[in-house]
Amino acid sequence: MGNLQTAESKKWLGSDLKKTRITLSTWWNKYGIGYMFLLPFLILFLIFTVVPVVVALGTSFTNYNMLQAPRWVGINNYKLLLTDDDVFIIAIKNTFTFALISGPAGYMASFFAAWVINQLKFRKGFALAFYAPSITSGVAMSIVWLYFFSSDRYGFINNILINLGIINEPILWNMDTKTIMPVVIFISVWMSMGTGFLVFLAGLQNVPRELYEAGAMDGIKSRFQELWFLTLPLMKPQLLFGAINSIVGSIGVFDIAVSVAGIPSPNYAAHTIVAHLYDYAFIRFQMGYASGIAVILFVITFLLGRICLKVFSSKDIY
Amino acid sequence: MANSMASYIKSKKRRKRISAGWVFVYTVMIALVAFTALPLVYVVCTAFKPIDELLRYPPRFFVRNPTLQNFWDLLIALSGTVVPFTRYIFNSLFTVSITVFFTVILSSMGAYALVKFKLPGTKWIFPVILAALMFSAHVTQIPTYMIVNGMGIINTYWALIIPKLASAYSFFLMKQFIEQFPNELLESSRIDGANEWTIFWKILMPSLKPAWSTLVVFSFVGNWNDYFSPLIFISSEAMKTLPLALQTISGGASIARAGATSAATFLMTMPTIIIFTIMQSKVLETMVHSGIKA
Repeated sequence: MGNLQTAESKKWLGSDLKKTRITLSTWWNKYGIGYMFLLPFLILFLIFTVVPVVVALGTSFTNYNMLQAPRWVGINNYKLLLTDDDVFIIAIKNTFTFALISGPAGYMASFFAAWVINQLKFRKGFALAFYAPSITSGVAMSIVWLYFFSSDRYGFINNILINLGIINEPILWNMDTKTIMPVVIFISVWMSMGTGFLVFLAGLQNVPRELYEAGAMDGIKSRFQELWFLTLPLMKPQLLFGAINSIVGSIGVFDIAVSVAGIPSPNYAAHTIVAHLYDYAFIRFQMGYASGIAVILFVITFLLGRICLKVFSSKDIY
Repeated sequence: MANSMASYIKSKKRRKRISAGWVFVYTVMIALVAFTALPLVYVVCTAFKPIDELLRYPPRFFVRNPTLQNFWDLLIALSGTVVPFTRYIFNSLFTVSITVFFTVILSSMGAYALVKFKLPGTKWIFPVILAALMFSAHVTQIPTYMIVNGMGIINTYWALIIPKLASAYSFFLMKQFIEQFPNELLESSRIDGANEWTIFWKILMPSLKPAWSTLVVFSFVGNWNDYFSPLIFISSEAMKTLPLALQTISGGASIARAGATSAATFLMTMPTIIIFTIMQSKVLETMVHSGIKA
């Protein structure tokens, strides 16, 4: 009886093994090559994007200088950052001042420009001229703008203001703590308008013409009503994409601030969150503390991104 | 109702002709575009200014007697310094082209597999990529530095290439585009006996040309202008890329450097603008699909 049972179960096992082998090979035929296609991207994405987020979170609870082994310090880094580090508070304030002005300003200007340019002749030429600044290098453009904002009489803006008799002495644009931030904001808005612009322009071209005719039948009287009731709701996906880009860009402000005012900037007037991160990570090599800054940066951008997802959710229409 | 519609159509017709309103709109837009383009025009003008015009007071915007002297200064005079400028150009061109090439291929292959194979156990990938769009690369910079350091490739070209290959942004764009691609076409080629590799290269990629051309443009622009990665991964002068080199040259602030700086700024700025101008219509075609449906 016992023998029979084992024989029976062996038979079962055997056919089961065979079955799995067959399904495995069909499974491999069906999906194997797919995994091979996906794997190179996935491995690199995991190593350089997903794992780093987790590692940054872990490191932020330690003291780590890359020479000795990391030492667990609990939430000490966060405590220091938020209660003791005056420069970090300045950095947060600067970053938010920057983001609150340059983000919405750039976003709205680029949407408005896309909306107007889409209705003009020579659309391509206008689009190119409007978009060009955003594909230039921040370092290069800061140099150019510093010719305009140069702190001596050679600067175009000082030159014009002196000639008009508005000022007597040249303004120290990139050295005076009062004017540094406005200059950084100005250059950034100039540079970042194009990013959303292209997405918006493409989205506008995609709105079907017939819709406007139907809208006219339904009593839409002006271009602005057309924009508000027809165009904007249809463009929610593009608006969302533009908003997320704009948030990530403006919260991550760094290279223009450094090029304009240096690091550290006079009286930390252009010190941003990323500048603080760079300072602690790659000048002082206090990786634990710097990771704390990175995690705070992550939380801020992520929350703002979530808010955008809620605002521009397109589930309720169509 | 009919009345308002008629007046709307009438007003639409009126808009086609030149009206005071349209003159106003064109004037405002030309002013706005002049504002965005002015510094770029200035870059071009300054690069060709002879030294006396560069140092003129009061400064003049446009160039009077264009010359190539600044470029000679940049390429030859500066070659007396430790690293010739041509080396920076090579560093940038080399790392950027390799990065762009593999970014496009990896994200196309990955997106194709994710969209068209319905692989078991991969549902989490796209939400994670969407989430990755929502924070800046600076967040991951410290662990990335540790990983790159652990791989022993600090201060090499690989440090500028490998961490940037798997770009969430590129993957996202390719996925949006591949979703539109008809499954029937893939199926019929499979029935004809084509293997997946051939399907990918001979059928999918040729018809996705607008999508990956756009990716080439964005990836080129982003990497060409990237300042942060070389700043943290590169320590020796000879391995620096153009943005860092430009900052060093302009930081010199000596009068003799003014010409070289303006020529370097020109060389740094023009490639991205030229590439975009050539690809503009393809890029616009692709960006239609860039929206995020939440």
